[in-house]
This record gives sequence, C-alpha cells and structure tokens, in this order.
Amino acid sequence: MAEDIKVDSALDCKGLVCPEPIVKINMAIKKLQVGQIIMMESTDKGAANDMHSWAKRTGHQLLKEEAEGNVLKFYVKKMK
Amino acid sequence: MSEEKKKRIAIIASKGTLDMAYPPLILATTAISMDMEAGIFFTFYGLDIINKHKFNSLKVPPLANPAMPVPMPNIIGAMPGMTAMATMMMKGWMSKANVATIPKLLDIAREGGVRLIGCQMTMDVMGVKKEDFIDGVEVAGAATFLDYAIDANVSLFV
Repeated sequence: MAEDIKVDSALDCKGLVCPEPIVKINMAIKKLQVGQIIMMESTDKGAANDMHSWAKRTGHQLLKEEAEGNVLKFYVKKMK
Repeated sequence: MSEEKKKRIAIIASKGTLDMAYPPLILATTAISMDMEAGIFFTFYGLDIINKHKFNSLKVPPLANPAMPVPMPNIIGAMPGMTAMATMMMKGWMSKANVATIPKLLDIAREGGVRLIGCQMTMDVMGVKKEDFIDGVEVAGAATFLDYAIDANVSLFV
C-alpha cells in the first residue's frame, strides 16, 4: 500500500479504553477542515471494530489502518 | 448527511451501583460522538448517578454477586465493610484498565449535550431535590421521556 498519506494532525489515544478513543477522535476531527487527515493511535483492541462503525455513522473516511506491535494506527479523512 | 434528522438513543437508568452506572454513560457519550442525539432518564436508584453528593462514591455490592472477579461467598459478602471493600477492589481494577470515571463520563456527556432527565416522581419518593443534582439536569416525568423516546432509533432500559 502506498505510504504517501499526508497527515495533518495526530491524536494519541494509547492507554485509553472504550468510550474515550471514539469520544476523542470525534472531538479532534471537528477541529480539522474538510479533506484534512488525522492519524489516531490506540492500544484498545476494541478500537479496530469501533473505528469502522464510527466512520460509517459519521461519514468520515477510514483511509488506512495498520498495527505496530500492540498499537493500532488509523488514518481518517474528514469528509464534512 | 448533516441535513438528515439525527439518529437518537433514549436510555432509562434505574440502577445506582457503580457497575450499572457505566452502560448508560458509555453508550450516551459514544452516541454523541457518532453524530447521534442521546438522552438518559434517571429513575429510582439511578438518581444517584446524577446526585452531586453520591455520583463520586457509587458502590458495588459483593452480596449475591457471583460475577465479581474475585467471587465472595454471600455469608462473607453480607458482613459489614464488604461492600466498601468490593468497591475499592472494583475501582482498583477499573483504574488499572484506565477506564474513565463516572464523573469524567458525566462531564463528557454534559459537554456533548446529552440530555439528562431526573424523574420527578421517584425524586419525591426518595427525597431527592433538584439542588441535589449536578448542573445540567432537567426534571420531568414519564411523558417527557416517552415524547423523547418515541422518536428514538434505540431505546434501552438499564
């Protein structure tokens, strides 16, 4: 997969558990402009499924997700 | 999408133990983070969750609770001080897992516009006054909850 995602903002949710990663990504994305990309890091194993549901319901685009050890990284594009 | 009517969750919180305070607050704070509206109707023991004298010290009883991570025989769980001990253990586990506290979830809920409704009738029964509540709570009855819940996509009783 191409490694050319330009990240505008980063959010560290490592150590946080449900519901905080979802609460925080939603707060953080409100500060961005449409089209900008935020990278969120989480160690919450439930975040993988939850981020898909969150993106589906809010309409933001989950561009990519990757795992580094126990840290999950999500790249989200603000769509509205 | 933002033009559409927002999805909505309506929850009744009827229990005042530490473990039962979590589901309504976790669901409501998640809902507002997913572009939904959320409202919680606090009734009977659930009133303790929004009681400013109690919300920071909700307890979990070990008595008749075989699901405690360290199960306790009822005859021991019934002894004085055991509820405090079980609560301390539970808070320890929650803190180790970095779970948000009830006061923190209430803050997130209020900042995000979750509608918090105290049930007038049970307030009268339990001797609870509006001044006993944290800020941002409205007081109303069943008709108000139903008027809100009738347009909800998800309704839960906790």
